[in-house]
Amino acid sequence: MTDVQYVAPRTLDEAVKAFAAASGAAKILAGGTDLLVQMRAGILKPGLIVDIKKIAEMTAVEELKDGGFRIGAAVAGAVLRDHARLKKAWPGVVEATNLIGSTQVQGRATAGGNLCNGSPAGDSVPAMVAAGAIVTIQGPKGRRDLPVEKVPAGPGRLNLTPGEIVVCFTLPARPKGSSDAYLRMIPRTEMDIAVVGCGVSLTMDKGTVTAARVGLGAVAPTVLLVEEAGKALVGSKVGAGGLDDAALAKAAAACSAACRPIDDKRGTIAYRTKVAGVLLKRTAAIAAERAGRN
Amino acid sequence: MAKIHVSTTVNGEPQEFLCDAEQSMLDVLRGPLGLTGSKEGCGSGDCGACTITVNGRIVCSCLMLAAEAEGQKIGTIEGMADGETLHPLQQKFLEHAALQCGICTPGVLMAAKALLERNPDPSEHDVRFWLAGNLCRCTGYDKIIRAVMETAADMRGAAR
Ligand SMILES: Cc1cc2nc3c(=O)[nH]c(=O)nc-3n(C[C@H](O)[C@H](O)[C@H](O)COP(=O)(O)OP(=O)(O)OC[C@H]3O[C@@H](n4cnc5c(N)ncnc54)[C@H](O)[C@@H]3O)c2cc1C
Ligand code: FES
Ligand code: FES
Repeated sequence: MTDVQYVAPRTLDEAVKAFAAASGAAKILAGGTDLLVQMRAGILKPGLIVDIKKIAEMTAVEELKDGGFRIGAAVAGAVLRDHARLKKAWPGVVEATNLIGSTQVQGRATAGGNLCNGSPAGDSVPAMVAAGAIVTIQGPKGRRDLPVEKVPAGPGRLNLTPGEIVVCFTLPARPKGSSDAYLRMIPRTEMDIAVVGCGVSLTMDKGTVTAARVGLGAVAPTVLLVEEAGKALVGSKVGAGGLDDAALAKAAAACSAACRPIDDKRGTIAYRTKVAGVLLKRTAAIAAERAGRN
Repeated sequence: MAKIHVSTTVNGEPQEFLCDAEQSMLDVLRGPLGLTGSKEGCGSGDCGACTITVNGRIVCSCLMLAAEAEGQKIGTIEGMADGETLHPLQQKFLEHAALQCGICTPGVLMAAKALLERNPDPSEHDVRFWLAGNLCRCTGYDKIIRAVMETAADMRGAAR
């Protein structure tokens, strides 16, 4: 009844070889929570399925000597949730990944799959962008690194060449006074696709923001790094009431200005544009509050 | 096309089967393995009726390939009772009439069991959040939530 093949290689080299040899007919399988839904719906009919979950490097979370973290592309959200040290250093990345689907979906869904599915509304992606994650990619021509925001090319499209597989995300070491947060706006409170998603990562020193990055999802064909919003936060003072209002307003305006959203049943262009600014303020406040405790 | 041969463990027993590459774990459980306790509500990861455990973590078996079971430990609702002795959750669901048509029940029980193993003292919020991926069109959820909370309290009492 079928001419689909399934392989579960033990090494990345074998996976790349099998994936590249099948050229366009093969699909990588991580958690399958997008891939199998698409196959069921008849949108996709791969000739070869390459399961990457038997590859040790891709299923591990590793704390690096310098204090950074390396997260394998095939690590399930539930595993990140249980990793106490990662959660302490990068609560925003973990909470964003944990927003993907139900407990059952969390048992399978990966940050690698979320990125490679190429949805502009993928929840883990803005948090990874804010975090400054570097994506390691391996293909027939070897390894290369890309900043995570450079990976998506458009809805469902990636800047990967044929045969390339995302191996892992590397999160940088955290200076003292750093933290991150992710919030999304959805019409219901759970189990829905983001109308806007916002990730903020920042560092504070003696009550002043010294570094900040902002990732925005679901408001453009790809997840965006909003550099202007990060810049607007840098240099602002953090008082008893939290971040400085003028800096927040400027960063919020930068987020709204960066939006190139669509109109759909979940939200109009005007709504998404406004909410992007509102979410930036709320997310930055949480990140700053957390950073103050680190 | 040759079938894929899979060796796995289901409810603690070694198990072997043949499957096609794109066949789901749910299809193999309900078909060749004759374990029809896991239900198919949606086939797209939304309803949780097909919930099983893989190495102790709950997943939707409709969104898992049967071939992926190779070398893994699979748990299904059929492994929940100990012979004729129901699991405390199963007993409490009967007492509370926490089910009507029963289609969602195997998935709810599998998910609730996994929760209580991780967290013996969940708040109502914890229970509702954990079970958010288990849809029930009959009970209105309240009896399910209360049955889980009471089972947790009983099990804590018994453990003391
Ligand atoms: C009920 C339900 C609820 C959901 N809710 C959300 C939600 O709230 N937010 C959200 O963002 N998403 C949601 N999703 C979508 C999905 O769960 C996520 O996108 C998830 O992160 C996908 O990860 P995966 O490991 O399951 O990917 P897979 O399905 O395994 O892969 C997704 C795609 O990426 C490719 N791919 C995977 N890994 C790699 C790799 N390492 N290198 C190259 N290509 C790769 C695959 O070939 C496939 O095309 C939901 C899905 C379901 C079924
Ligand atoms: S049948 Fe698997 S989630 Fe509904
Ligand atoms: S009892 Fe009928 S769906 Fe839950």
